[in-house]
Amino acid sequence: MNSRTSTIFKLAVLAGVLAFPAFGSDFYAEMVAKVLILAIFAMSLDLLVGFTGLVSFGHAAYFGIAAYAVALMTPKYDPANLWLALPASVLAAGLAAFVIGLFVLRTKGIYFIMVTLAFAQMAYYVFHDTPVGGGSDGIYLNFKPDAAIAGWAPFDLNEPLHLYYFVVAAMLAVYGLLKLVLRSPFGRVLVGIRSNEHRMLSLGYATFRYKLAAFTLAGALAGVAGFLYAVLFGFVTPEYLSWHKSGDVLLMVILGGMGNLAGAIAGAVALVGLQEIFTSVTKHWQLLMGLTIVAAVLFMPGGLTATPARILARINGGKTNE
Amino acid sequence: MKKTQQKRRTVMQVMLGAFAGVLAGALVPLGAAQAAEKIKVGLMLPYTGTYAALGTAITNGFKQYVQEQGGKLGGYEVEYSVVDDESDPSKATENASKLVKRDSVDVLVGTVHSGVALAMAKVARDTKTLLVIPNAGADELTGPLCAPNVFRSSFSAWQPAYAMGKIVAERGHKNVVTVTWKYSFGEQSVAGFKEAFEKAGGKVAKELYLPFPNVEFQPFLTEIASLKPDAVFVFFAGGGAVKFVKDYDAAGLKRTIPLYGSGFLTDGTIDAMGGSGEGLLTTLHYADNLTNPKDQAFRKAYALAYKAQPDVYAVQGYDAAQMLKTGLDALKGAKFDKDAVAKAMETAKIDSPRGAFTLSKAHNPVQDIYLRKVEGRDNKLVGVAEKALADPARGCRM
Amino acid sequence: MDFVSFLIQVLNSLQYGLLLFLVASGLTLVFGIMGIINLAHGSFYMVGAYLAFALTSLTGNLMLSIALGIPLAFVFGALLEWALFSHLYKRDHLEQVLLTYGLILIFEELRSLMVGDDVHGVTIPELFSASIPLSDNLSYPVYRLVISVVCLALAGGLYFLIQKTRLGMMIRAGSHDRDMVKALGIDINLLYRTVFALGVALAALAGMLAAPISSVYPGMGSSVLIISFVIVVIGGVGSVWGALVAALVIGFADTFGKVLLPDLAGLMVYLVMAVVLLWRPEGIFKKG
Repeated sequence: MNSRTSTIFKLAVLAGVLAFPAFGSDFYAEMVAKVLILAIFAMSLDLLVGFTGLVSFGHAAYFGIAAYAVALMTPKYDPANLWLALPASVLAAGLAAFVIGLFVLRTKGIYFIMVTLAFAQMAYYVFHDTPVGGGSDGIYLNFKPDAAIAGWAPFDLNEPLHLYYFVVAAMLAVYGLLKLVLRSPFGRVLVGIRSNEHRMLSLGYATFRYKLAAFTLAGALAGVAGFLYAVLFGFVTPEYLSWHKSGDVLLMVILGGMGNLAGAIAGAVALVGLQEIFTSVTKHWQLLMGLTIVAAVLFMPGGLTATPARILARINGGKTNE
Repeated sequence: MKKTQQKRRTVMQVMLGAFAGVLAGALVPLGAAQAAEKIKVGLMLPYTGTYAALGTAITNGFKQYVQEQGGKLGGYEVEYSVVDDESDPSKATENASKLVKRDSVDVLVGTVHSGVALAMAKVARDTKTLLVIPNAGADELTGPLCAPNVFRSSFSAWQPAYAMGKIVAERGHKNVVTVTWKYSFGEQSVAGFKEAFEKAGGKVAKELYLPFPNVEFQPFLTEIASLKPDAVFVFFAGGGAVKFVKDYDAAGLKRTIPLYGSGFLTDGTIDAMGGSGEGLLTTLHYADNLTNPKDQAFRKAYALAYKAQPDVYAVQGYDAAQMLKTGLDALKGAKFDKDAVAKAMETAKIDSPRGAFTLSKAHNPVQDIYLRKVEGRDNKLVGVAEKALADPARGCRM
Repeated sequence: MDFVSFLIQVLNSLQYGLLLFLVASGLTLVFGIMGIINLAHGSFYMVGAYLAFALTSLTGNLMLSIALGIPLAFVFGALLEWALFSHLYKRDHLEQVLLTYGLILIFEELRSLMVGDDVHGVTIPELFSASIPLSDNLSYPVYRLVISVVCLALAGGLYFLIQKTRLGMMIRAGSHDRDMVKALGIDINLLYRTVFALGVALAALAGMLAAPISSVYPGMGSSVLIISFVIVVIGGVGSVWGALVAALVIGFADTFGKVLLPDLAGLMVYLVMAVVLLWRPEGIFKKG
């Protein structure tokens, strides 16, 4: 297939997603919306892991901070204004990523992984222990944000259908934005940093600033996902920031194949799909999950998107041509 | 190189195609129309993780009662949908809506973890589904968040702690230090204890909190020793409870400063404590040697069916099924109607192994809270700490 | 806080720090020498605790169980290295993170299948079951002191092993330059297998020693995992000495944090870490 068929194919899938609510039940529409939100989350992390070479193990922190931001901004008996709450939540996540980035980007390799993890734990305890976030029970979001602009409401997020298409639009916007970023000179510097940071430094790029910008952007986009997640499910809890969540999103990125935005989306689909299948099979489903992860790492370097190609290449030429 | 890239694209398409396939598969309507004589029960409980043993006990208790009724509740055949909630609040809303929206259950039953239960209550309220909570003790569930369709077969955090506050004051202690994890269940337990204890003239000298789930208690034991209170009140459960009691004993404090706890301190943990738990006084809505015939029959049947001794969790599961049955009885075989079921459950008198109880206006059990003492491997009944204690249901507008 | 309490809190800090060191030492060795990031390290601690429980129920004696458990854990570690980790050296950290993340799930479920989900206790050996009075109403369990002494002895032993023995020389060389060691004719695979097995044995030993005071319960592995990471980061990856210092720093921060700043107790260790990283981004004792 050539790239035109590929585009057609993607458009067909998009059409499927758009048409889905007309046929699927509420529950499955909600599930597709969830997968799309997780796809945003995974793409935001892929910007760091796949394109810049920064393995962040604390990405759930920014997801959770934005989720808490919208919950805290929503008054108990009234909805918050969407056009205020969305930018503010994303800003909060981006700001947190910027400040934490100042610290963590001073480190490299294993340190970076562990330090991002530790900062996410810190954020977790801020919401779990201090009065800021309502403690371990979390907070209800009693009302979904109100989309009215000066009295005129273009759509209503309380309508499941409207919310669904809002999520789809957000996913497409983030996908498009990241595509643009990666094509820009800025994006090329990031990819350069991944392959050889020293070279970029000696070429005169202040790589720290580029990395900080990428880290902040990734945090903010994770915030978009966190915001949507909180709005979709109407409930936030400190567990949104836990290291298991950071692990899950890393898993999506690698399952789909790093450095490939469509791969991040595929990874989100795959992870949710696997969980659905395994939980329906046995109560010891985490054993199956663990075995799958181990097998995936050992036998499919490059992730889902690269694996069939490797197999094909093996059949064709007896060797992988990479 | 070029070739590989092309192949990658192909693979992408396969992936996306698979995605489309999943979507298409999802279109097939599930939860088709059901026969009138069936009722779908959604069990959402922890089967993995720290609370797995509790989830299993509750399930066993629930199913035991259904078995006793010949697989039916109030004439309705029971069909189960089961979801492992992993005690993970971040997955709770979607797990609950999976049961409600995908499996179209008539009744939700769950869960252990309070944070998860709060999320379930939200789903139950939003979708107007009947919910019976067989453990989670968060005060809010039958307080500010109470709802006509939300019931609890267990307790509120406030209940056992409040009862203990009175007992500790009656035993002549004036000055008490409390210790618990810094999470809402712990905080609510301490608040309940403090309310009763200070009303009876005592004084809580200091409230100590440690980060959940940290179990390094030594700094607090040292502080307790230097504060020299008359007694210590704690809330811990599971591994933390075992470690606290062992450490307290090993530090020699048990001899000089009596330790009291909300009942879960010594439920399912006595064996692991070795001898350290011996003699501890705790309060709970269940004890190991109640003399009522209902309890004896229950324990015998449970031990036979599951080759294990039942505990308070099993009782709560059993009673969740009993409550449901009283509700369903009122329908007299008619089509399932949750409002009618809820209405009948409100006024039910449940003949529980723990002793009969009724429900408060906020749908929390009005029950006797027992004072128990650890003897050997049992929480032996000492007496009734509070007769028919009702949770104050603060903030409930119903 | 009066002076006696202060001294006792210092003792508590030291004791907690030493136990943390025991868990973190294996982690830092595997990190530093093999370049492997191992999230399953907490699971080895859990495996150790359950080994102590299982063996003590069989033999009735904790010390005998530990004597049996250490070689078992060592062999277990060597097998794991052979089957899984040896494939990871050339992979990037991300894949290591994921594989070991998967292992956590596997170990936790196997535990559930084999032993169940109940809390279990392990009895302290008769010999060490006494307590020493410290103040008028507080005494200190001898067993805790024994743990501290064992940890100190192990710290000394590790120092000797790494600085004074041939194996230690190879380990040091291997952490600097893998190819050079190969060129010297040292079997690097065997070396790595040994180091990894040693790391597993250390974590398991920590679990076995802690089992009598902490009891064994589901999820106990993840409770020590993150804090071990913090210690390794503060101490400097690969530095056993750094891990010891960092573990003691965390012991003090946690103990005094709980008593003096209870509202920030959960954040305390991470705040300490942030400060250290501002000062030295690669830990206190970064190896060259």
